[in-house]
Amino acid sequence: MESLRGKVAIVGAADTEVGVVPHLSATQMYVKAAKLALEDAGITKEDVDGLITCNSWVEPYLYHAEMIAEYMQIFPRYCLNVATGGGTTLAIMQHAATAIASGVCNTVLITMADNMLSGLSRDKAIEAMSTAGHAQFERPYGPPIPAFYALIARAHMHAYGTTSEQLAAVSVACRKHASMNPAAQMRTPITVEDVLNSKIIADPLHLLDCSLVSDGGAAIIMTSAERAKDFKKKPVYMLGVGEGHSHEHISQARSLTTSAAKEAGERTYAMAGLGPKDIDVAELYDCFTPVVIVELEDLGFCPKGEGGRFVEDGRIELGGELPINTHGGMMSHCHPGHPGSMFSMTEAVFQLRNECGPRQVKDAEVAFVHAQGGIMSTHCSMILAKERG
Amino acid sequence: MSQLPAKPVPEPTSETQPYWDGCKNHELRIQKCAACNHFQFYPRIYCTKCMSDQVAWVTASGRGKVLSCTTVYRPVTKAFAEDVPYVVALIALDEGPQMMSNVVGCPPEKVKIGMRVQVTFEDWTEDISVAKFTLVE
Repeated sequence: MESLRGKVAIVGAADTEVGVVPHLSATQMYVKAAKLALEDAGITKEDVDGLITCNSWVEPYLYHAEMIAEYMQIFPRYCLNVATGGGTTLAIMQHAATAIASGVCNTVLITMADNMLSGLSRDKAIEAMSTAGHAQFERPYGPPIPAFYALIARAHMHAYGTTSEQLAAVSVACRKHASMNPAAQMRTPITVEDVLNSKIIADPLHLLDCSLVSDGGAAIIMTSAERAKDFKKKPVYMLGVGEGHSHEHISQARSLTTSAAKEAGERTYAMAGLGPKDIDVAELYDCFTPVVIVELEDLGFCPKGEGGRFVEDGRIELGGELPINTHGGMMSHCHPGHPGSMFSMTEAVFQLRNECGPRQVKDAEVAFVHAQGGIMSTHCSMILAKERG
Repeated sequence: MSQLPAKPVPEPTSETQPYWDGCKNHELRIQKCAACNHFQFYPRIYCTKCMSDQVAWVTASGRGKVLSCTTVYRPVTKAFAEDVPYVVALIALDEGPQMMSNVVGCPPEKVKIGMRVQVTFEDWTEDISVAKFTLVE
């Protein structure tokens, strides 16, 4: 397999306003994010010849990418909509990178948005919450989405002695970062005690162990490394990408405590020729606190079973050994559903372009981004860097 | 709009009907491959180990252990509100396959990972009974 290392770059990245955004429809947010990313890249919509979207929950279309192309009046040669849940962003980027590297198209616009907070009727909101899980073999048992992740948390605690305080430390670190990000939905700092005293949802997960429900959109522009030099801003190069897939339903998972993030990470490091020690900042999928702990282990940032201890003592905070989720992540910045991990991607780009102000990781050269979708089902990792390497 | 929301009653397919027929008779059925003796759940057309189509229905022991569990305090829908707090668990059957279920018949805090459990059935409709588990004393 020919490596994609250093063959493509991100030349534009932008977020819309996030959190509570009642004045924009889902489709409008897709297009606003696209416009902002085009401006960031210093190009026009006519320069785009590839378009990838992920369908909206609130305002779905049968052919969603075609809809966005039609709405914007762009006529791409490469156009698809991809859905692998929260992992979509990075999986999409692997598709885009492959298309660019093989010459199918030159410049791909990826835009994702949704307004899960403002756009859903009560019935649709309930549907959104209750249609996760196998219709015959899981849903009859009444698992809300947090319960799926609580099963992972409990298993990890049982196997490795991970504590509720350690889970809470993830949420506290992300909130600290969000407090430095004016765009974040939740910015008031919290303590471990605040997390433990918040309402219990599905034992051991409290309300503050869970991600937000938000509105928001984000977009990026990708092109070949050769062409990347001609854009307005300094490109961010993709050095590695890799996926791992293990199941659809958590009841069919090979393991509750080791995920396919392991394969995704190994494939990504192998392509990049780098390892966990080379990473300056990591933007990790954080729909629930235990996910981050499992990811830190599976992605090699600490040995299996030590994720709980790793997140203590500020190690994952700015100034720590491995700052994570510097924008605030999905528990504090925003989580509009499928686009959730787009904000990890745009944040990684902003960090590598040194644009993050008070939350900037000093001298950030190499960023790791990981997303997962389903219930720890689909995993995709990416390593981005300032230099092509 | 005022009617009470219903729990999601499973709708069997031709592939899963024998499982639900078993539940109706309060038997937990899983599939066993005649070619390689592999047990599997949920039901499938082929064996997940050797891809043989010789997958046959057998009645499982109904015994297993708790692989993981959580006590739900915020129900997924109002249909489950009166059950709160309830235990959602993953059960590792003695035959090997794992399945989601509820552990019932005891205070939720008594349910711990590794505990032995035994199947029981909750009759939802004339045709649908749902497999749940109780702790083995």
